[in-house]
Amino acid sequence: MPDLSFSSFVKKALARREAALTLLLVVLLVPISIRSPQFLSAKNISTILNDMAILSIVAIGEFYVILANGIDLSVGSIIAFTGMATGMINEANPTVSPLLLLLAGMGIGMVMGLFNGVLVAYGKIPPIITTLGTVNIYRGLTFLLSGGTWVTAHEMSKTYIDFPRNTFLGVSNLLWIAILVIAVFYYFSRYTRTGREVYAIGGNPTAAKFVGVNENRVRVVVFLISGTLCGLAGALWTARYASAVNEMATGFEMQAVAACVLGGVNFAGGSGGIIGVVIGTLFLGVVTNALPVIYLSVFWQTFVQGLIILIALTLNTISDQRKTKKLLAQRRG
Amino acid sequence: MQQALLEVQHVTKVFPGIRALDDVHLSLRRGEVHALIGENGAGKSTLVKILTGVYFPTSGSMTLDGKKISFKNAIDAQQAGIVAIHQEASMFPELSVTENIYMGHHLRNPKTKKLDWKTMYERTQGLLLRMQLDINPDSLVKNLSVAQRHMVEIVKALSLDADLVIMDEPTSALTGREVDDLFRIVRSLKEEGKAILFISHKFEEIFEICDYYTVFRDGQYIGEGKVAESDEDTIINMMIGRSIDQMYPHHEPKIGKKILEVKHLSQLGAFKDISFDLHEGEILGLFGLVGAGRSEVVRTIFGIDKASEGTMHLLGKPFMPKGAIDSMRKGIALVPEDRQRQGLVLKMSLTHNISLPVLTNLCWKGLVTNKKTEAKYVQEHGDQMEIKSAGYHVDAETLSGGNQQKVVLAKWIGTNPKILILDEPTKGIDVATKAAVHEFVCEMADKGVAVILISSELPEILGMSDRIVVMHEGYQTAILDAKEATAESVMRYAITTVQMEASNA
Amino acid sequence: MAEKRDLMTKSRLIDEMSVKNRLIEYFTQWEVLLSIIIVLVFIFFTTRTPYFLDWFNLMNATFQFSEKAIMALPMIFIIMCGDIDISIASIIALCAYVVGNAAQGGASIPSLIFLALLVGTLAGLFNGVMITALEMPAIAVTLATQSLFRGIAIGLLGDQARTDFPENFGFFGQQFIPGTIIPFEFVLYLVLVLLFAFILHKTTYGRRLYAIGNSAEAARFSGIKVKTMRVINFTVTGFFCGLTSILLASRILSVRSNIATGWDLEIITLVVLGGVAITGGKGSVYGVFIGSMLVGYLKFGMGLLKFSGTLMTIVIGLLLIIAVLLPRLLDMYKANRKLRLQQLG
Repeated sequence: MPDLSFSSFVKKALARREAALTLLLVVLLVPISIRSPQFLSAKNISTILNDMAILSIVAIGEFYVILANGIDLSVGSIIAFTGMATGMINEANPTVSPLLLLLAGMGIGMVMGLFNGVLVAYGKIPPIITTLGTVNIYRGLTFLLSGGTWVTAHEMSKTYIDFPRNTFLGVSNLLWIAILVIAVFYYFSRYTRTGREVYAIGGNPTAAKFVGVNENRVRVVVFLISGTLCGLAGALWTARYASAVNEMATGFEMQAVAACVLGGVNFAGGSGGIIGVVIGTLFLGVVTNALPVIYLSVFWQTFVQGLIILIALTLNTISDQRKTKKLLAQRRG
Repeated sequence: MQQALLEVQHVTKVFPGIRALDDVHLSLRRGEVHALIGENGAGKSTLVKILTGVYFPTSGSMTLDGKKISFKNAIDAQQAGIVAIHQEASMFPELSVTENIYMGHHLRNPKTKKLDWKTMYERTQGLLLRMQLDINPDSLVKNLSVAQRHMVEIVKALSLDADLVIMDEPTSALTGREVDDLFRIVRSLKEEGKAILFISHKFEEIFEICDYYTVFRDGQYIGEGKVAESDEDTIINMMIGRSIDQMYPHHEPKIGKKILEVKHLSQLGAFKDISFDLHEGEILGLFGLVGAGRSEVVRTIFGIDKASEGTMHLLGKPFMPKGAIDSMRKGIALVPEDRQRQGLVLKMSLTHNISLPVLTNLCWKGLVTNKKTEAKYVQEHGDQMEIKSAGYHVDAETLSGGNQQKVVLAKWIGTNPKILILDEPTKGIDVATKAAVHEFVCEMADKGVAVILISSELPEILGMSDRIVVMHEGYQTAILDAKEATAESVMRYAITTVQMEASNA
Repeated sequence: MAEKRDLMTKSRLIDEMSVKNRLIEYFTQWEVLLSIIIVLVFIFFTTRTPYFLDWFNLMNATFQFSEKAIMALPMIFIIMCGDIDISIASIIALCAYVVGNAAQGGASIPSLIFLALLVGTLAGLFNGVMITALEMPAIAVTLATQSLFRGIAIGLLGDQARTDFPENFGFFGQQFIPGTIIPFEFVLYLVLVLLFAFILHKTTYGRRLYAIGNSAEAARFSGIKVKTMRVINFTVTGFFCGLTSILLASRILSVRSNIATGWDLEIITLVVLGGVAITGGKGSVYGVFIGSMLVGYLKFGMGLLKFSGTLMTIVIGLLLIIAVLLPRLLDMYKANRKLRLQQLG
């Protein structure tokens, strides 16, 4: 007989990490908004969301790589290269539509992701080493491409720079794109075979092989997704910040990984979801934005981020260990 | 008698240095629950792996429904209609029941290619209902009990429309009520005309659920028959009767004073309430079938795992090691079960392997390695074990199984143990090395060392031990004097379910 | 016994027969290949510019890589056990902040050194304890502490800099051994190379590191305290972060919160390029030494030839991938060869 009581419903809901995280976010928002009522104003919320849009796109790519039990350290460099490339295309041909630039960024990013994926899947180089190498290579290529110079705001077309800011139905294009990406990959993860196979490879590669999942194909696909999304993010980055700098997005991989960890994605692979990653990203955004409210200078942002990740990791681990113990106790008293 | 669904004929599987299966037969009919019986290492798992496409037979033929079958991989076997229910290994714990059943062949909308979760959910629920199982198709597998996971595996086999379902020790982790559930399902499978190959060590279960049995021993086919027309004694005799009577070295025990006392030792999920004494110069056999918890007991004595309850006394003083180094300092040595993963560092040289536990003693001030002292030490103990290799500088992974085992023994005799624990020391090694190991064990005992010997081979346990502790499913079922023990009596205790367990359900 | 002697003569015969095989075996070792590459690099630059093979220049160039090369040494221990630490740059930043702050408060040089070493050691200990006590992957924990440690420096320092240091503090990072043209930093590095080579290759500690890296389980069954040793590795690495922070602060005499940013990946690159397997259990201090020198002098030479740093980044990235891919290909080649030889014999 299934337990239909309210308390069991709450328990079940909380067992889902996404729900627990959302609750935590709400709990966090209450004191913040009491202290500073403007925090929950439409304007501030829209600022937070726009700030987090690019990170959420990149974090979703990183999510798939971690889900398949890997890590992609090259995301920052791919963003830089594609951002520089689209910036320069725009400089040379100011009339090109921003949408085409986004597509160009995605195309270039896809090739870079493919390179990572092939090295991991067929070269059998551990993902951490592969992307540690390509983080250097892609950053170097960015310098080669630009010749060490920048693309500045007045060298770019107004349509491109304005593109992320322009609104449609009151929501910025940047946010629309992020929403679209979230929707597409929510669908991918939930309703396509490949999407599910990523979970299988990350969770139990041996068993996955047993039921006919092609491991190499999945490994290439996850890096392909990560690269493509970084390409998109790069094109948006250049437009949003109205400049393409060689050093752009340095260290961004750590923020992307942090958003995943916060969203409950396990480093061991095979668990986590898009919604969790989005909430994890939002969590980072809220915390960063809320620091001044609690009279902490923004300089403490990094520290608070680190602390939150560490706490999230610790809680995850402890709850997992408890679960294992409970299962063991069921076996032989 | 109706025509066989599966016919295995003259199947042989040879691994380098070992004949895992030697010309075996097996035939299964639809609507039959067929027990495959044999000791550990009798070749049951090898046959299962051949049937499920993991191994390819060296020779022999197999037919399914009259057609010849030959599988290149596991998926081939599945498509042919043979599905094995493994223990947990093939599950995705982070995914739902529905998904575990459909991974690899998710149902899709034929036009949009969108996964059809609704149908998958409904079918899963249908299958679960058919089996009268109270499991939510949306539950994550990691939140299910071990029993429920088994049921999900069975449902998965059903979803694949398997003709032959292989169940390898399906009840080993189940409580009494759960076993009843499982048997209900097995019976309904039977009524649907499926064939079930049932591998179990538990006789009461075999007699309750199985119609037919086949016995393997040492990779060979021994015999078969109707369960209803047999009794336990007949089958036990088939399991243990030895074709080659091995010679064991003569060992006149000179039992000294009590050295180790184990009282009510327990470990959550592994074993419960183990109590025995161990004396100097004694060889204490520890017998049990797969999953009895023998290795876990000695791992705990050696300090690798922690005990959850109970006490130990070493020479009268309380003893509870926090790590292997604690027990090593007190004179305990363990030759572990898995020599490739636990006994040796395969990618290190023999020298470095043999000196590893005593490195501190061989070094200047216990810190700086000394090549000469080390080489001398290794030479001395390695030669004593007569290791055959191209030299002590080669990596351990280049040696044969028997020689690897000699390296492990050489590694531990140098520690001058007072208690020597050997976990399956002769598993998978050639006859000559086996004899050498037996000789060595007796020598050690004659020198006054207390020996705990774990073995799955009854003759070895009977031939070597002075006393025998028998375990079943984590519980200690008997301590027997080897002089009075017979193969029958030991085996009977090894398959006896302790009453306590039932109350646990 | 006779059989054994027979076996030994046989193996000796095989040895003598296959000088060619042994040469192939030797030259396919990563350390040997690296040494050949560095010689080629030196020849290349010497023929291209007269400023390269100049003792003064060669010595001066070491200022640019000594600190990272020093950090690569304790990192060998960590990676040898199959762990990783991506928080070292942040620990350096934290230590540098503490040093800069204390120096501004007028602390003496010995107390500055003590403070840096203390803070670094504690930070490393924290990493090690979190990783082993909670049984969490090292990459996850050090990812968090990367933000945590640097976050403290950023939070306390903001966008300010600390530039007041005691007189003579510049010695560690800027000066030469009196009467020579050899920088103090470089001498310290060479001494540490010898020390780490001694520990890794000549002591029980080193031997146990290899055992853990190859099979943590077999190591545990041999009485090695695996967790304790992993904690020690992280703690030692933290200690050297403290040391490096002194050298770095002394060299640039200015501490900002973004100090040493990006060093984590560079240092791991040096270790892996030096032939230490990222999965643990394989590698040598010599390899990492040659790898560090190779990267250092490649950068220096390319700088002399007015190549941008860019090309250098690409070369290092490629080298890293090749360093992992090549041994794998060589292994495959060797295995194939062995198979062919067996079939022949």
